[in-house]
Amino acid sequence: MAEQESGQALDAAFFIRWLTACAAAVEREASRLTDLDAAIGDADHGSNLQRGFRAVAEVLAKDAPATPGAVLTLAGRQLISTVGGASGPLYGTLLRRTGKALGDAAEVDRAALADALGQGVAAVAQLGGAAKGDKTMLDALEPAVDALATSYEGAARAAEEGAVATTPLLARKGRASYLGERSIDHQDPGATSAALLVTTLAEIAGQAPAAGSGQ
Amino acid sequence: MSAGDAQADAGLVGIVLVSHSAAVASSVAELAKGLAGGGTTAPVAAAGGTPDGGLGTSSELIVAAAAEVDRGAGVALLVDVGSAVLTVKTLLLDEDELPENARLVDAPFVEGAVAATVTASAGAGLDAVVAAATEAYDYRKV
Repeated sequence: MAEQESGQALDAAFFIRWLTACAAAVEREASRLTDLDAAIGDADHGSNLQRGFRAVAEVLAKDAPATPGAVLTLAGRQLISTVGGASGPLYGTLLRRTGKALGDAAEVDRAALADALGQGVAAVAQLGGAAKGDKTMLDALEPAVDALATSYEGAARAAEEGAVATTPLLARKGRASYLGERSIDHQDPGATSAALLVTTLAEIAGQAPAAGSGQ
Repeated sequence: MSAGDAQADAGLVGIVLVSHSAAVASSVAELAKGLAGGGTTAPVAAAGGTPDGGLGTSSELIVAAAAEVDRGAGVALLVDVGSAVLTVKTLLLDEDELPENARLVDAPFVEGAVAATVTASAGAGLDAVVAAATEAYDYRKV
């Protein structure tokens, strides 16, 4: 595939489509996320994200903000107030900080989104005090944001690979860290849901990796 | 809390106890107030669990609890684990969610709640309340 132009214009409607598709993807994958969380967490990651993204889809269906930044900020707020687990403030901060970084532009391009998401991911790292390699959502998000500077497809692949690569890691943050070595050999649920959101972004941009190439 | 209490505790630092469990938050609030003595105690509010009664953290309950105990002298928030910590940190980054003088306290939950409530009930300011709760980490049991 030829290198994509950064120029495809992403407007508020694009981000509403993305987040609505994320809600559908979370519904579809909720039991898998919860099963992964049952192994090393408290078995609520799927249902927590389901509650949060349902609320996001509902609020965006009712009240469609005019700019990409406002869409992401509203969605982030909604996650913070509805999820009930650590993924709420973490994903809420990711979307809210990304939205703030996009400012009030009516349209943004992929490069601007990659830059803004980079600021969102940095805010997540700061909030949770985690770094890449700690077996968290950052293991999917950091490589995805780096790859998004080049293509949506690459971002989706990088996120999936990052999520799969958490399996042999020892958890250093959150409830899973109490398990010590018993956290090894389980894929991190947060990295898995993060990869789901990035893959959905690539799908909505029309640049999903070919079937079978990922996981 | 009755209107009379709200008068008597005017100017005291408020305490919010955030736990994944409603029962833990309200029991620790009761314990802290009980140990604070018989006079006027600082306003203490529990923000435990999710609004539907499950285990978790609710930003809605935290915001409501902070508003309930805000007497203008500051609000100290004590938290248990994980999402309770992250939710309060996230709310503090938002200018309009919590009272202006709200602070997350790095303290053990039960001991910190007792120390904060006793200190606040004695009329100490927010800095002293936070320091007392934080010092609870230094008390060794063995």
